[in-house]
Amino acid sequence: MSLIRQKATEKGNLGRVGIVIGVPVALAFAFIAAAGWFTPDRLTPATVVRTFDSVDGPHPGFRRNHAKGVCVSGWFEGSGQASPYSSAALFRVERSPVIGRFALAGGQPYQDDAPDKVRSLALRIMPANGGEWRMGVNDIPVFLFRNARDFNSFLIASLPEATTRKPDPARIGAFLAAHPETARALSQIKQRSLSSGFANDAYNSLDTFLFVNAGGQATPVRWTMEPEQPAPAQNSVKTGRDYLFDDLTATLAEHPLRWKLMIVLGQPGDPTADPTVAWPVGRTRIDAGTLVLDKAEGEDGGPCTGITFDPLILPEGITPSDDPIPAARSAVYARSFTARSGETKAPSAINLNSTRSGK
Amino acid sequence: MSERKYFSPLARGLHWAMALMILAMLFIGVAMVASTGPAYHRLVGLHRPLGIAILALAFLRLVNRVASGAPPLPTTLPQGIRILAGSSQVALYLLMIALPLVGWAMLSAGDYPVSMTSGVTLPPIVSPDPALYASLRGLHTWLALGLFGVILAHITGALVHGLLLRDGVFQAMLWRRPQASTRIE
Ligand code: HEM
Ligand code: HEM
Repeated sequence: MSLIRQKATEKGNLGRVGIVIGVPVALAFAFIAAAGWFTPDRLTPATVVRTFDSVDGPHPGFRRNHAKGVCVSGWFEGSGQASPYSSAALFRVERSPVIGRFALAGGQPYQDDAPDKVRSLALRIMPANGGEWRMGVNDIPVFLFRNARDFNSFLIASLPEATTRKPDPARIGAFLAAHPETARALSQIKQRSLSSGFANDAYNSLDTFLFVNAGGQATPVRWTMEPEQPAPAQNSVKTGRDYLFDDLTATLAEHPLRWKLMIVLGQPGDPTADPTVAWPVGRTRIDAGTLVLDKAEGEDGGPCTGITFDPLILPEGITPSDDPIPAARSAVYARSFTARSGETKAPSAINLNSTRSGK
Repeated sequence: MSERKYFSPLARGLHWAMALMILAMLFIGVAMVASTGPAYHRLVGLHRPLGIAILALAFLRLVNRVASGAPPLPTTLPQGIRILAGSSQVALYLLMIALPLVGWAMLSAGDYPVSMTSGVTLPPIVSPDPALYASLRGLHTWLALGLFGVILAHITGALVHGLLLRDGVFQAMLWRRPQASTRIE
């Protein structure tokens, strides 16, 4: 130590002392700059998760969005018809096991079911020899936002007022005025035809991805999970705060449910980076295979709880497009997944052994 | 020449290659978890294989270090400094191996595919367990911050040797002759 002190104070060594101190200090500054400390305006996954928490209230252990849900499982059987467009193994004529989850959009795990609430399906398709595909698809025609920042700002604008405990219409109005694409998407969503339940609903990717075939040729795609069961099940429950889920689980106890995976092929000029804009009708659609779900399980202890349906877990043969939403989802889902996995969770609303009391 | 003054060429090569890789990984890591942009996906896609490469190189380096040793520190250094230098090197080796292992284990516990490049996925090293995922994810952050701290201390120590003490310790990791490399203009 004394030797270092002596050398440091030696004449002509000042510059060297500067380097000895300056290099690590500069590195430390660069590090916290990379971590975003000097750019607090940067939208981080942690910020978005905090926004969900402040809008929906803390619900430890639950997903920060699509919080109310139930696990399902079954399989996907490829038709081979998507193989000219994507080299993904699961499109071949073979069965891949599936873990999934039906949910209502929104961060409230105990919200009541209602006909016009947004319903979702999440899937994890696991072909035998690898090449897993995860997706989350919603029953609306377009997404509301062009990027995560707009979603976050909208959530903040919809924060319940302290006095009324309701969102302030003026703030939402101001957001919509500044975001005509969201206003347009909202009106399209309001006009959608509502199916009677999860089983006969169609679910859309909203986001655009690229299918890449064995020759390396890329095609922009969106897709829809189209129900094969047309009418509501005979034993529909139809009443109670969880009627959509009760109906689904009762039907699955009786017989499997099937959807067709319809791939929509984009044409040059179709918007790929903007999920608020629908593609023109009449695009070529490919029947890529059939999803069969034959089992429902509650989330607590169920197979869909210890995973997140990160839409960028893609097999070889599917890649992200220039749509910025999937990357934001990937980052935010990881954050939500980490937070909820470390928390003690209260029982989920949908528990197959009991029905919740209430109106 | 009774005393070897330099690390073995393999050790020097590994040192500088890994120094770059590990620093890059630390910066990529903190930058990606602060991003909701397309960079997130690209950086995570780089982070996983680079981290596994560091793990493989760290084992190679450990074997090489045990096999060919290190040049002794100058006897002029006080005992305390020598212990500090020795333990910081042990910490560097431990972290270099633990951090990527924790990264791999946490993705396994979170039931994420540990994909390297498109089509190449490593097998999980622990079974799926969300609570374990959450703990390991936190540990990954703290070990990374610890590693960055030890690296800063290590760099400071190296610069003290190279610029102030000029005792050949810094030069043992370089290729140029000790006398020439102590000159800075
Ligand atoms: C920037 C935009 C978005 C944000 C910030 C966001 C946020 C979230 C979060 C935090 C979760 C919970 C994840 C978990 O804990 O595992 C979630 C779930 C989900 N999201 Fe999104 N989301 C976005 C866009 C979308 C879009 C465009 C779709 C549909 C196409 C979608 C469909 C879903 C579905 C289906 C789930 C439920 C997954 C499940 O059941 O586990 N999200 N979202
Ligand atoms: C020397 C090797 C490694 C270093 C220095 C390193 C460093 C880091 C750092 C600094 C972070 C950000 C932590 C935070 O701020 O919370 C991080 C996150 C992460 N690392 Fe590593 N890491 C290494 C190896 C690995 C490996 C081998 C894997 C996986 C195979 C991995 C996967 C991840 C993941 C998935 C995240 C978090 C992504 C998220 O939560 O959004 N890391 N790493």
